[in-house]
Amino acid sequence: MIKIERRDETSNLIYFLTPVLAIFLTLVTGAIIFYLLGFKPLEALKFFFITPISDLYGLSELLVKATPLCLIAIGLSFCFKSNNWNIGAEGQLTFGGIVGGGVALLFYNHEGFYVLPLIILAGAIGGMIFAMIPAILKIYFNTNEILVSLMLVYISKLLLDYLVVGPWSNPEGFNFPETRQFSESARLPILFEGLRIHAGIFIALFSVFLAWVVLFKTYLGFQIKVSGLSLKTAKYAGFKGKTMILLVFMVSGACAGLAGVGEITGPIGQLHRMISPEYGFTAIIVAFLGRLNPIGIVFASLIVALTYLGAETAQIFLQVPKYTGQVFQGMILFFLLASDFLLFFRIKFLGLKKYEY
Amino acid sequence: MNIDINFLGILIGAIMASSVPLILAASGELITERSGVLNLGVEGMMIIGAISGFALMVITDNLFLAIIGSMLSGLLLSFIFGFLTQSLLTNHVATGLALTIFGIGLSAMIGKDFVGIPGKQFPLLFVNLKEAIPFFGPIFFGHSIVFYFAFLLPFGTNYFLKKTKIGLIVRAVGDSPLSAANQGINVLLVRYCCILYGGAMCGLGGAYLSLIYTPQWIENMTAGRGWIALALVVFATWSPLKVLVGAIIFGGITILQLHMQAMGIRIPVQFLSALPYIMTIVVLVIISRDSRKIKLNTPTSLGQIFYKEK
Repeated sequence: MIKIERRDETSNLIYFLTPVLAIFLTLVTGAIIFYLLGFKPLEALKFFFITPISDLYGLSELLVKATPLCLIAIGLSFCFKSNNWNIGAEGQLTFGGIVGGGVALLFYNHEGFYVLPLIILAGAIGGMIFAMIPAILKIYFNTNEILVSLMLVYISKLLLDYLVVGPWSNPEGFNFPETRQFSESARLPILFEGLRIHAGIFIALFSVFLAWVVLFKTYLGFQIKVSGLSLKTAKYAGFKGKTMILLVFMVSGACAGLAGVGEITGPIGQLHRMISPEYGFTAIIVAFLGRLNPIGIVFASLIVALTYLGAETAQIFLQVPKYTGQVFQGMILFFLLASDFLLFFRIKFLGLKKYEY
Repeated sequence: MNIDINFLGILIGAIMASSVPLILAASGELITERSGVLNLGVEGMMIIGAISGFALMVITDNLFLAIIGSMLSGLLLSFIFGFLTQSLLTNHVATGLALTIFGIGLSAMIGKDFVGIPGKQFPLLFVNLKEAIPFFGPIFFGHSIVFYFAFLLPFGTNYFLKKTKIGLIVRAVGDSPLSAANQGINVLLVRYCCILYGGAMCGLGGAYLSLIYTPQWIENMTAGRGWIALALVVFATWSPLKVLVGAIIFGGITILQLHMQAMGIRIPVQFLSALPYIMTIVVLVIISRDSRKIKLNTPTSLGQIFYKEK
């Protein structure tokens, strides 16, 4: 007989081990899916998870992709911890990219030390303002933030499309849907010659540090945590619920906006239609896989970034679509959520004898 | 002014056709939500329905099998969701999101060999009546069987929820799972059934796109319709007949937007394409403003994890 019991307290060890278990189960299931699609499973997994990071260029690419994921997930952890479901980070990233990119285009033939900070600031503010829309609508009109933030993703992408095709398109660009190249001083410095890894990684790491301080060392962090655990308790304690909603959305919007400018001033260097391969959505998985913990998110962003790289490599070697990465991302989250069951419940295998009184 | 009455009929017919996937998915999700379960995986289940329907059509050359298969695949995907949220007590929002991400990825993986294959003409009913009757002909006739099913579905759903015993049980489970359980109702079973039904309808909605509406497979072809269907359920304040109204409004915006583009109205295409999404937000604000009304109609246990100590 199997009996399921609620645990009295959750073990810290299991709390951080279940993500590892989730990753393992994802790999096994991934192998099965590859097998069913007619690939050699081990070879496919090797192309997916080992080949991409077996040289210096690959490692640099891993960090290039982990940077925006980590930044966005850090912001999202503020929302999710306090039970605010901001699903539209992709839109906030795009809008941050649009605002930051707009500033960069203003300075397209200027050089100066002030250009880059201005762009970054503009991007963060852009993302922040865009995230305030679902927050304000939630506060004053009681709307569902999931749906509003999601609709804004589509709207921001169409706006970007309009801008790069229309008014902002490169006048010398033969009608390609892209803007001018940004000037040299609008670009984040490259860290190593010949690799794409850029200074954006420092922004991400700084935000990790900041988030850790805020969440674990300040009263605000305490308020966020309590509101997430029990809204009633938060109300009773006299926390300002509405201010909190606005604040966590602003933080996560700013982070997503930063990720957006990080992309356009880093690896891309201009605005075009595809400034993000859905980093905003994938970062949701990163946030959960990292247990909404800043340090956990750093590791999670590296792992999930690998699914992006792996999908690109597998696309070349195995001719699978690059969306394959999403299959793995979805599975990681499935298994992670499922293994959470072990956190709160224990499964007891009882011998039949016990029922024989 | 001389308006071509027949053209108007064709326009209305097109609007109704474009609202079919929304009606199907939203009606399915409505039942799921009425039982207290919030499944955000609608988009993922629709896209899986779209590709499996199309793939089966290409492989078996049998449209009936394709339709059934698409429903089964949506159902299968929703089973993952049901198992996780109901048996393993996972968070509904996160699980639904994972389902959507997974579904979009898997559909592209399955669909890689089906890109660019032309679809097949789906049999249309009453085609001769469509030509024969001015105005009403193109509105009511010459559509596929799925079209008629979709337009009857909200009425059936309404009857089911309000007049049948099982409908009452579903509502009871959604509003107070604990009391329902104490009455001897198997809450898990009811919720599983509602989740699976929702999945099947989403799969059918997806198949309508790839088999009938635009008969071909394109990556990510549902293009956010799943999310709009979710918004529609809120828009309808969980009432099936209002889903019908909402879906036609959204279908109307989609078609009107296409016609405005075709007529060369000097508004950038992207702004017109953004209209359905902007409308969703506006409508959500209007509907949700009255928090009392929303609270009155929302299934009380929506999205909450139900666990009964045995």
